[in-house]
Amino acid sequence: MNVGFLHSVIRFEEKKLLEAFRAQQGVNIIMLDDRKLVFDLENVPPIDVAFERCVSHSRAVYSLQFLEMSGVPCINRAEVARVCGDKIETSIRLAERDIPQPQLRVAYTEESALEAIEEFGYPVVLKPAIGSWGRLLSKINDRSAAETVLEHKRLLGSYQHSIFYIQEYVEKQGRDIRTFVVGDECIAGIYRESTHWITNTARGAVAANCPITNEIAEISLAAADAVGGGILAIDLFESDRGMLVNEVNYTMEFRNSIAPTGVDIPARMVDFVVNHQT
Amino acid sequence: MAAECPVCVNEIDFEDDTIVGELLACPFCGTELEVVNLGPPTLEVAPELDEDWGQ
Repeated sequence: MNVGFLHSVIRFEEKKLLEAFRAQQGVNIIMLDDRKLVFDLENVPPIDVAFERCVSHSRAVYSLQFLEMSGVPCINRAEVARVCGDKIETSIRLAERDIPQPQLRVAYTEESALEAIEEFGYPVVLKPAIGSWGRLLSKINDRSAAETVLEHKRLLGSYQHSIFYIQEYVEKQGRDIRTFVVGDECIAGIYRESTHWITNTARGAVAANCPITNEIAEISLAAADAVGGGILAIDLFESDRGMLVNEVNYTMEFRNSIAPTGVDIPARMVDFVVNHQT
Repeated sequence: MAAECPVCVNEIDFEDDTIVGELLACPFCGTELEVVNLGPPTLEVAPELDEDWGQ
């Protein structure tokens, strides 16, 4: 089996995944570096399945679309990448399935965004629709901050930053939950603990094992299914209203999660890719 | 196998299983580097973070 490994730089995750592929019998890895790829509308790459590990959302989505157009099965699928890479699309998919999530508003002008924020009450969270690792998240505590951040986003950012994604601020008691879904199984979970309101491990949060309860497994699998399924990491808030799905990630990172969970996450991912094709 | 850090020019030893594209931090100056070649071993400063990078 020829597995196309679609990648950019090789981080801890990609190295562990490549090691796991090498441990599989009959698997030949073909490295597809997105910085060297040139796609066209005719040629089909000689691969049986593509496994996406790009760091760039745009490159991931377009590459997956080209590969799928050529008949190559992809993990994750292009549509899944497109939906998960955009918080607005993710929220819509979750809402279509009545999956609990923080309340949100989306507005396109400073005036309408400010109106929506005032209606919510403070604090609220402003997020870029496309972005990751906790970057450019703003906790807005009052009207002055709201006016300032909205103006800065409009004047200093690209047009995408004037698509205002406004989210209810959820008091999460210093932690959230990241679960790992592979196919139809929730294989592991971690608490991400931080004294900062942003609890991404990329921002210094500490990972601890989170036992997978029925409630956690159920909402994680439902969220994964809502965006199209595959190999996905689900971010959950524990709230007064129960579990809420905050985000779904399609090129999941796990460097801080193997040790606390004791689960060989890359091996489980690779098993899914290899068995998905056969 | 070793290569020179393009920033501080110190010699950095590679692990036996180092592969092209791999990121590593220079143990001398801390710069994040990318292995761009194994024959000869060559390092470049890793790409800057772009706006749509993430997971």
